[in-house]
Amino acid sequence: MAFLEINGLKKSYGETQVLAGIDLAVEQHEVVCLIGASGSGKSTLLRCINQLETIDEGTIRLDGDVVSGEGVDVNQLRRDIGIVFQSFNLFPHMSVVDNVTLAPRKLKQATPDEAERRARELLDRIGLSARADAFPDQLSGGQQQRVAIVRALAMQPRVLLLDEITSALDPELVAEVLDIVRELARDGLTMLLATHEMSFAREVASSVCFLHQGRILEQGPPEQIFTDPTEARTKDFLQRIIEAGRL
Amino acid sequence: MTVALEPRTTARPLPTCKVALPAAGLVVVLVTIALVWGTAWRLLSATAAGTSWHLFYLVVGLLAAVGVLALLRPALHSLAERGRAGTALGSQDLQAARIHRSRCYTSAWVAMGWSAAAVLVVAVVSFLLANDHAVQKTFLSPEMLSQSWWETTKAFRTNVFIAVVAEVIVLVWGLLLAVARSAPGRAGRPVAFLARIYIDAFRAVPGIIVIYLIGFGLPLAGVPVLSSMSPTWSAIFALTLTYGAYVAEVYRSGIESIHPSQNAAARSLGLSHGQTLRSVIVPQAVRRVVPPLLNDFIGLQKDTALVMVIGTVDAFTQAKIYASNYFNLSSVTVVALLFVLITIPQTRFVDRLIERDQRRQGR
Repeated sequence: MAFLEINGLKKSYGETQVLAGIDLAVEQHEVVCLIGASGSGKSTLLRCINQLETIDEGTIRLDGDVVSGEGVDVNQLRRDIGIVFQSFNLFPHMSVVDNVTLAPRKLKQATPDEAERRARELLDRIGLSARADAFPDQLSGGQQQRVAIVRALAMQPRVLLLDEITSALDPELVAEVLDIVRELARDGLTMLLATHEMSFAREVASSVCFLHQGRILEQGPPEQIFTDPTEARTKDFLQRIIEAGRL
Repeated sequence: MTVALEPRTTARPLPTCKVALPAAGLVVVLVTIALVWGTAWRLLSATAAGTSWHLFYLVVGLLAAVGVLALLRPALHSLAERGRAGTALGSQDLQAARIHRSRCYTSAWVAMGWSAAAVLVVAVVSFLLANDHAVQKTFLSPEMLSQSWWETTKAFRTNVFIAVVAEVIVLVWGLLLAVARSAPGRAGRPVAFLARIYIDAFRAVPGIIVIYLIGFGLPLAGVPVLSSMSPTWSAIFALTLTYGAYVAEVYRSGIESIHPSQNAAARSLGLSHGQTLRSVIVPQAVRRVVPPLLNDFIGLQKDTALVMVIGTVDAFTQAKIYASNYFNLSSVTVVALLFVLITIPQTRFVDRLIERDQRRQGR
């Protein structure tokens, strides 16, 4: 059984079905990239795994344990599965270091001193220790997103979900964020990421999933998906990406 | 089908400068000067010479009569610029013509704007002078003002006490109500329902009726503790009940104005609903609602005058004693002035806060 396993996941908003039965298995230390057009369900899938959205049907297992549905402590689950958002969502009324230490402190994961020491270590690793006491609105978008990643990492999650984390960034700031993700991948963190950065996906992914209308239409190693896709829709999608000069 | 994109070829119109506007400006100014002089004359002729008030009126009247002549400056400047615009137009200097025309119009409007303000002041002064100074004597009698202001101001401390204590309690009570009103889940529903009924009810019932019911009703009902409250504390209790409902709505609007992504970010880290509210949502919401909160507090402060109905001796009660003893309302004017004095700094402060917030959002 895979480390993170999703079976028959369905999700609708009213009449609109967003996820139409997703089956996905992610092994430990794997990096799985979700690609697909806007509205194909990438973000919803990630939000369902973190249970920010309730799921209608299907199960999610983490390390063999069912973590979806009735009776599951979602707050506990979310310590194991972190998520980073497209729009950073840092807490604007807190300094960078407080953003990072909030959850460890409140959830008694660490004493305040310990949490702060660890936060500063993590910030140092991403080259932002000098901005630890700044407020989010004093940082560039790239810096904010790096802090958001560190904030998720501070809870020491077993899986990290990344929801189009470079889509709201100016082009010149994308690299500094992707560098961190690359490093996390090298360290063996299990990650599931939705992205429009195809060359990055090709580089770091162990496996790429192409989503279309709420289903995983095609999954395979990056080389195969990007150079020799079997599905016509995947070809169409990649063709349009190439025409837009993004691959 | 293609749409032709041809540049417009018609020439720009030549500047023209009409004489009507500067002329109107001058007429308005002359009428205003006549009105001010007439009123100043009435002011002087209606008071007996030799009194200190006569001297005061003399100074005020003379200052007004001389000061109003300043209106002539923009009016005449407007006419002069009109002349220069005409000359420039005659010598085909279009740019100069436009500049002088623009100055001519601006000065004419300045003259008329200040004249309008002066006429309004004249109207108010005329009202005070009406019926042989009767209006002024009723509301602003110097003798009554000096006789009543000290006792009234002392009694005003009761209003300030009621307001400050009620505001502190309301800050907490309103927040509790707001959080209860948005209690989540099946377990939270009855709590949210009760909070909603409370807020609806106390926003609907006039404050004066709540004060009356609490102030007279509780002592009659003989409830322990509550019935033995002094009228002042009854007033605090009643105002807290009413304004708690308003402030709860202010808090709620603040809480709802925080983008859902903040909630998602906090919950995604494993924080519970309560932890998220306390650490992430409420601190941001409170900052946002400080201006409307202070507005409600100004309302609360003014409503402290309603405690008169249950016999608390506040500034208004004190002033009414003077008013009915002497058939003169000047003491009540003192109360009005006291409220103005404490309210204006707060409204300015609120304005500053709103300005600061807008600057921050513009960044």
